[in-house]
Amino acid sequence: MSLDMPKFSDLDALYDEKNAQVATQMYEDPELFAEEMERIFKKTWVFVAHESEFPDKGSFKLSTVGQEPVIVVRDRKGKLHCMVNRCRHRAATVCEVKQGKTSSFQCPYHGWGYGLDGSLRALPYPEQYGDDFDKAQHGLLKLRTESYQGMVFATFNDDIEPLVDFLGSEVCRYIDLFMKQGGGFPVKVLGEHQFTVPMNWKVQLENTTDAYHFPVVHKSFMQTLDGATEEMFDFLDKGKGWVEDLGNGHSVMMMIPELEDLDANLDAPIPERFTDLAQELRDEGYPDAQVRKIVRAVGGAGFNLNLFPNVSLSLAFFRVLTPVSVDRTDIRHMALGMDGGPAAANRARIRLHEHFQGPMGFGSPDDAEVWERIQRGVQGGDDLPILVNRGLVDEEPGVAGPRGHISAETGMRAAYQMWKRMMAQ
Amino acid sequence: MTQMSKIDTKTLLQDVTAFIWAEGAMLDAKEYDAWLDLWTDDGLYIMPIGDGEDYANQVNLCYDNAKMRRDRIGRFHMGFSISSAPPAQTVRTLSRFRIEAQEGAEITVTCAEHVVEDKFGRQRVWAGNVRYVLQVTEGGFKLHSKIVRLLNSDGMLNSFSYLF
Ligand code: FES
Ligand SMILES: [Fe+2]
Repeated sequence: MSLDMPKFSDLDALYDEKNAQVATQMYEDPELFAEEMERIFKKTWVFVAHESEFPDKGSFKLSTVGQEPVIVVRDRKGKLHCMVNRCRHRAATVCEVKQGKTSSFQCPYHGWGYGLDGSLRALPYPEQYGDDFDKAQHGLLKLRTESYQGMVFATFNDDIEPLVDFLGSEVCRYIDLFMKQGGGFPVKVLGEHQFTVPMNWKVQLENTTDAYHFPVVHKSFMQTLDGATEEMFDFLDKGKGWVEDLGNGHSVMMMIPELEDLDANLDAPIPERFTDLAQELRDEGYPDAQVRKIVRAVGGAGFNLNLFPNVSLSLAFFRVLTPVSVDRTDIRHMALGMDGGPAAANRARIRLHEHFQGPMGFGSPDDAEVWERIQRGVQGGDDLPILVNRGLVDEEPGVAGPRGHISAETGMRAAYQMWKRMMAQ
Repeated sequence: MTQMSKIDTKTLLQDVTAFIWAEGAMLDAKEYDAWLDLWTDDGLYIMPIGDGEDYANQVNLCYDNAKMRRDRIGRFHMGFSISSAPPAQTVRTLSRFRIEAQEGAEITVTCAEHVVEDKFGRQRVWAGNVRYVLQVTEGGFKLHSKIVRLLNSDGMLNSFSYLF
């Protein structure tokens, strides 16, 4: 299968940039999906984990890069590695524990043993391989691995630009702002929700930059908020926010501009929903300035930063997608907190996370329902386009790229342009 | 409780089983207002992720006090939540009941729960271990805590539009 076949020769028909229309087959063609795995997920930086998930030497976690199962692990020197979870002898996975701590990885089939850096250390009865068997050539397949602000990315592409260049300075600036929700402490992963949805991965890619759906799909969530918080989430009516194309498929959706920089305006009154927490922190002896900083951080940032192709820094958590098949995508919602911060503040963050996110949240199940509805809907009307043209009419130049209304589909257009660029290579 | 100690274990097991079956039937029938009335005011309904037991300080699927339970049911009822309008239909069985402890007015019971859900013409099967702490009151048993630990709770799940 290759793009030389007539079917994909016309990328313009799959994503019509001028009219901002996506072809139906983008969500349902298994051959196109296979091609995306090669041309996108095997070629670019893919988010795999957060550094806080590896507190010790030997800490590891299973993850994926596209469809490839990988192990992310911290070696004895503290360096992070990402490698394919496949024995170099006859391909058995060398690890099936989701997360933990180890001193090495041993294949269960014939006992080949690998170090934390993936190197082949020992194998039973090596004599039958002869004298010129080179262990150095039989380590686990390693991916290039780089981090920014604790976010670990890996790639199969040795020729790709450094991670920070791929992200770009404006994205890095937003990541720095996002991490201020550590409230003066390092950001730490506190746990995660995981659920699978019968949808194409690009449905998810679109959703993290879709403010238009919020008041409709999340009305029942909004109704469980106190007045001031509901008002804060009413960003569509207020229309103060924006969506901006940040290049390379990345975008930012600024829903609550007052919460772009969590350190700004810390003298503002503490919202009512956090007054009890603030008192608890004061009672624990935290000085007022620190209490304000922590409490502000507990509520999370005011924006979604969407990184092509698989992670969104979404208000207060990481939303990670893994493409499984053309019509199935796994979603992880990683809850974040303050490493070494007050337990009461982390508890508050966890309860907020559970309120909206995950299989039993007040938000995610409704998202999952509409995403599945898309996958069901594209069974009909093959020739009808999917519209991502909203907000083209009043888009203006932003800092890094076009900037549109908060409900504009500017971020989706950014992602599809990058999609097209990568599929053409 | 003195009156408790007079009741022999077999009768207690029968009573507890009948109560939990009635609760399960309510959840399948989505009689949620009646279900809310089964709870003590300080009761907690928890679905944890993984093996951890420090529920307050860990990320769970849900950690519902009285307000969260009411809000959750309100969400199911109001018709604005697309995943619960209509919700998946469920049929559940509860079995393997064991009384783990009986202290004062509190009885700890564990059991197995199987739920089959149906929506969009597809069925999914879920299994979990359930741990109840029931409170004996004048008006019968009350739910003081209910902890449902799904098999694969730390793996890939689906979204749920009903209660376990
Ligand atoms: S497959 Fe791993 S040692 Fe043989
Ligand atoms: Fe949503």
